[in-house]
Amino acid sequence: MSATPRDPCRVSDGFVAVLKADCPTCRLIEPVLSRIEAEAALVVYTQDDPGFPSAVTDRIDDAALQHSFELDIETVPTLIRFEGGAEVDRTEGWSRSEWERVTGTEGLGSDLPEHRPGCGSKSVEPGAAEALRAKFGDTGIEARSVAVGPYADPIEACFDRGWTDGLPVVPPTPERVLRMLAGTPRAPDEAVGRIPPDLAECTVEKVAINAVLAGCRPEFMPLLLGIVEAALVPEFTLHAVTCSTCFSAPVIIVNGPIAARLGMNCGLNVLGPGNRANATIGRALNLLVRNVGGGRPGEIDRATFGSASKFTQCFAEDESDPDWEPLSVSRGIEPGVDAVTLFQGEGVQGFIDQKSRTPGELTRSLALSLFAVGHPRLCEWAYALLLLSPEHYAIYRDAGWGRGEITEALHDALHRPGSELVAGAGGVGEGIEDERAGESVPKFHADGLLIARAGGPAGLFSAILAGWPGGRAREDSHPITRRIIT
Amino acid sequence: MSDPAAVLHDPTSETTSEIRPRRTPPADLAGKVVALQGIGKARSSEFLDHIEDRLNRRGIETIRTEKATNARTAPIDILQRIATEAHAVVQALAD
Repeated sequence: MSATPRDPCRVSDGFVAVLKADCPTCRLIEPVLSRIEAEAALVVYTQDDPGFPSAVTDRIDDAALQHSFELDIETVPTLIRFEGGAEVDRTEGWSRSEWERVTGTEGLGSDLPEHRPGCGSKSVEPGAAEALRAKFGDTGIEARSVAVGPYADPIEACFDRGWTDGLPVVPPTPERVLRMLAGTPRAPDEAVGRIPPDLAECTVEKVAINAVLAGCRPEFMPLLLGIVEAALVPEFTLHAVTCSTCFSAPVIIVNGPIAARLGMNCGLNVLGPGNRANATIGRALNLLVRNVGGGRPGEIDRATFGSASKFTQCFAEDESDPDWEPLSVSRGIEPGVDAVTLFQGEGVQGFIDQKSRTPGELTRSLALSLFAVGHPRLCEWAYALLLLSPEHYAIYRDAGWGRGEITEALHDALHRPGSELVAGAGGVGEGIEDERAGESVPKFHADGLLIARAGGPAGLFSAILAGWPGGRAREDSHPITRRIIT
Repeated sequence: MSDPAAVLHDPTSETTSEIRPRRTPPADLAGKVVALQGIGKARSSEFLDHIEDRLNRRGIETIRTEKATNARTAPIDILQRIATEAHAVVQALAD
């Protein structure tokens, strides 16, 4: 969008006042303005009532706020003195001494109080700054501008251009992008990384535009930027996660105080809809993969089924129990530090056990379901994320078990005789190699089971998120945990 | 466009564009069906009548389709009819 040429004032030598009729102080000083006009050139810009102030002849309707924006008005009334076409002095609100100093006129408003504060300019009302900058100023946004026809629906225009995941997106207008960029101190042109599959360079500005599309709030930006950077760690293998025929998609688990600050959900319906931060932050990452990275379903994204996680899957861990070691801490981050873990997940497998009452019973029961990750016969094949609900966790906690004990017991329970797992055993074609028939075979690598706490208070259920089979080569592909810099 | 409803910023990498090659035209029209598409502008039909007459005199079958207005893209039923019933299409720009 080309900026309107700056022509803020037609007074070369004289005064400009910016007012609004809704401001009591502006109404109070009307006689003062009349006197100034009698002795010098005066132009009054009025923000809300073209007929105000009636005592002044040279009034200009500034309902569009262009002049207020270009004069950088924050308070009304503001009086500005110009000399040779340039501003040399200004004062805000009403202060007799200040107005006398700026005008060089003694005895102004002698029947008025000495001082009255002004009111906020309409040009700085919430949301106005970005809208006015988009309309009258230079946004500095480098992304290509697309003008949508006067009768077109911008949401449909986004669909037409292939910018959506199939759900409507928030149209990325300049003012929305500016507001989103205000959520981070990082420069819009700062490179965040190259997003696969196209390995296209992604800037902070592109992250902001896609965050707008996804419906994020500006304060989500620091977390989102950290998530994008984590997703671009080579070992996350985002290209393969995106393009795989499997069900895989980034699953985002947030730890630290930032989760509460952003209002993230770790409780009821934690893996479902209903929370803006959960829903939109995860969606923004997937839209970046689509729009910047070119990872579009049906094209290079060749998922046989895909999964709902390809829309969004982002949530916070429940850190309400101080005895529980959070996932991020178990993966090397200091306690109390904002962090994110990205897991290559394949959707949710419900685990229902309403009868186990001891840690041993529950562990053996969980192992039965964890064997099913990928396929019951496939071992050391993928990672898995186990989300313990409060009621299941309570069984462990009440017995004095923490993360270490739970993890060790689960790994022990997840070993089986290789003879039962080899391909062809029991008439099932799938399975491990024949040469492992004599081994006790673990389901997961030693680091292959991630455990976190989440979920609503009622329900003897837990959730298993199977990992992407690329995790079988865990040196090349594994979950990523990183600190979030806010 | 002087008065857009909105300006949107491109969320893509802006580094690639989809280039679809044109379908290879038929080597000749013998045995083919040619769609004659009026786009809704004045005198489209005159031009298409002339083309149709010449094609028919050569034994080439034609079908006629007509958009209601040149101000809108062709509705899907017209596009589907052309795609399924014709081997080639001539659009009359007219005026």
